[in-house]
Amino acid sequence: MVKNSLSANVLMMKKLLVFTLVMFIFGFALVPFYEKFCEVTGINNLLKPDVLVKDNWVDEGRWVVVEFDANTRGLPWSFKPLQTSARIHPGEPVDVMYEITNNSDREISGQAIPSYSPRFLDKHLKKFECFCFTKQVLKPNETRQMPVQFVIEPGLPTDIQTVTISYTFFELPAGTSAIKK
Amino acid sequence: MAAVHGDAHGHGHDDHHPSGIMRWITTTNHKDIGTMYLWFSFAMFLVGGTLAMGIRAELYQPGIQILQPELFNQFTTLHGLIMVFGAIMPAFVGFANWQVPMMIGAPDMAFARMNNWSFWLLPVAATLLISSFFVPGGAAAGGWTFYPPLSTQGGLGVDLMIFAVHILGASSIMGSINIITTILNMRAPGMTLMKMPMFVWTWLITAYLLVLVMPVLAGVVTMLLTDRHFGTSFFNAAGGGDPVMFQHIFWFFGHPEVYIMILPSFGIVSEVIPTFSRKPLFGYSSMVYATASIAILSCVVWAHHMFTAGMPTVGQLFFMYATMLIAVPTAVKVFNWTATMWRGSMTFETPMLFSIGFIFLFVIGGFSGVICAIVPIDIQVQDTYYVIAHFHYVLVSGSLFALFAGAYYWIPKWTGHMYNETLGKWHFWLSMFFFNLTFFVQHFLGLAGMPRRIPDYNLQFADFNMISSIGAFGFGLTQLLFLYIMISCIRSGEKAPQKPWDGATTLEWTHLPCPAPYHSFEKPPIVK
Repeated sequence: MVKNSLSANVLMMKKLLVFTLVMFIFGFALVPFYEKFCEVTGINNLLKPDVLVKDNWVDEGRWVVVEFDANTRGLPWSFKPLQTSARIHPGEPVDVMYEITNNSDREISGQAIPSYSPRFLDKHLKKFECFCFTKQVLKPNETRQMPVQFVIEPGLPTDIQTVTISYTFFELPAGTSAIKK
Repeated sequence: MAAVHGDAHGHGHDDHHPSGIMRWITTTNHKDIGTMYLWFSFAMFLVGGTLAMGIRAELYQPGIQILQPELFNQFTTLHGLIMVFGAIMPAFVGFANWQVPMMIGAPDMAFARMNNWSFWLLPVAATLLISSFFVPGGAAAGGWTFYPPLSTQGGLGVDLMIFAVHILGASSIMGSINIITTILNMRAPGMTLMKMPMFVWTWLITAYLLVLVMPVLAGVVTMLLTDRHFGTSFFNAAGGGDPVMFQHIFWFFGHPEVYIMILPSFGIVSEVIPTFSRKPLFGYSSMVYATASIAILSCVVWAHHMFTAGMPTVGQLFFMYATMLIAVPTAVKVFNWTATMWRGSMTFETPMLFSIGFIFLFVIGGFSGVICAIVPIDIQVQDTYYVIAHFHYVLVSGSLFALFAGAYYWIPKWTGHMYNETLGKWHFWLSMFFFNLTFFVQHFLGLAGMPRRIPDYNLQFADFNMISSIGAFGFGLTQLLFLYIMISCIRSGEKAPQKPWDGATTLEWTHLPCPAPYHSFEKPPIVK
């Protein structure tokens, strides 16, 4: 039982140190694993175009108010939707225009990240076109209008009468490609 | 590392160890290091306890009286961090240092010098944590789980906390490597794995859990650090990161961590109960397997901390059922302890009282855990005082009560003196009374919807909060009695015989005098 020679102990320590190192790397490996997992399972699918299901129908029996919100964080742009809300039937395609202006005298690239309220709206929201799918590069003082096209599926629970779609523009450092997930 | 037991012995080192402060700074003796761990953790327990008193003083009445909200949040955050990483974990490592070599018949820990390092990292980390109160912006205030974005936006205090966690993690990993190597390589002849005392078994499994998850914690705080200062975006949505991913990685560490804090206390209780029931532990091998099952299951339940963070239903169901499954091996343990007591010749000295108190209150905490595991209920009680009550029932009346039981049980072996039994019983009954006064009412507060981590509350919660605060002040003061009992035991306790507990069967009682000599088992005992 007594294997307490120095070399046996040092061997054991080396094994455990290697194991510790492997687990440290594993912690970082969880990052791509998490992203892949979300991609495969379709969780967090916010920045990719959706396809409309074939049996889509328009629920003309009720109205839903969609409110549009726009923010910027840490970059000198102004950003706003051209209409603040739309009253629609679920299932009906909606087109909204947003406008961004670069107020600075340098070229800046940015990308918008969406956020929805209620949180489960992403399950019922199909977006076919969105400026958030790609990065936007604005020359000094350039203004651009960009569309969002989407459908809110009739499966949206009937107790929801108002939903909010919000975008926040973040600066992308020069040379980085658009975020996709 | 060269100072494996044989050297020290061979050179007659034992008579020449330095005296005064240098003895403690340079010591490689497992008993000295165990003592330092225990005193350090008690000091941290007082610091964390003082923060708790501040929290309860603020919550004594509705409205803001003593602590401004920012400072209150720093208090709750640091209370959690200090109690988890500074008090409970080092205390168990202190027990491991004292007891593991003596219980398996080894002369010392496998890597005596590394043992010294792993202790002396702790005061450094504690200094970083405590000094963070005095930097601009104050200490970390985003909760002990330091979720981003609060932790990526906080001030210098968060950086100090990140470094402290790094250092504490390194210390834990070194300690675990030492414990695993000691247990696997240095047992006395005849001490097979399945003859090891239960305390040694639980620590072996705990140490494996530590080397499994502590590096992941080190990784996640490193990501936090690079997000804060080096432009990465692991958790920053603006750069394509995901704050929810932090919660997944953190709880991959965090859930095994709660079992790291409870498994050694299962071990202590499994030593104390057979001794004072004068019967061998009922179902020894099932205890070993139950401990291992709990450890394995603990690695696949982490997302039950995140039911409201957004998760597909199938994920919620998986984590709910996996969590509830842990109740099975835990129940095996509780039934085994009860069966050990059944028809035993029981006596109720202080260690036994704390162990029975442990079983009684830990089971309450376990049941409220199963309740929190149920997704629809969890969505209701998430971040309320119900959760606070739950985890204080398993961490205070669980881990801490077991630590008290172990301290009373082994103090004669450590010091050669008996503690004052009357005062010990007072300590138990006062702790029992005030603990329940503090935390039982928090179940009601949580069910009524009082949220955690907020310094003010609705008037409807006022009465229960006042009761809870009175209980907390009483519990805090009672722990000063524990300090007094221990100091008077060390200084002037009655002389202890070799085996003050006639039911004790482990090696440190059967083979070593009280107090245990500075170097014990230089010649390994033969275990039959």
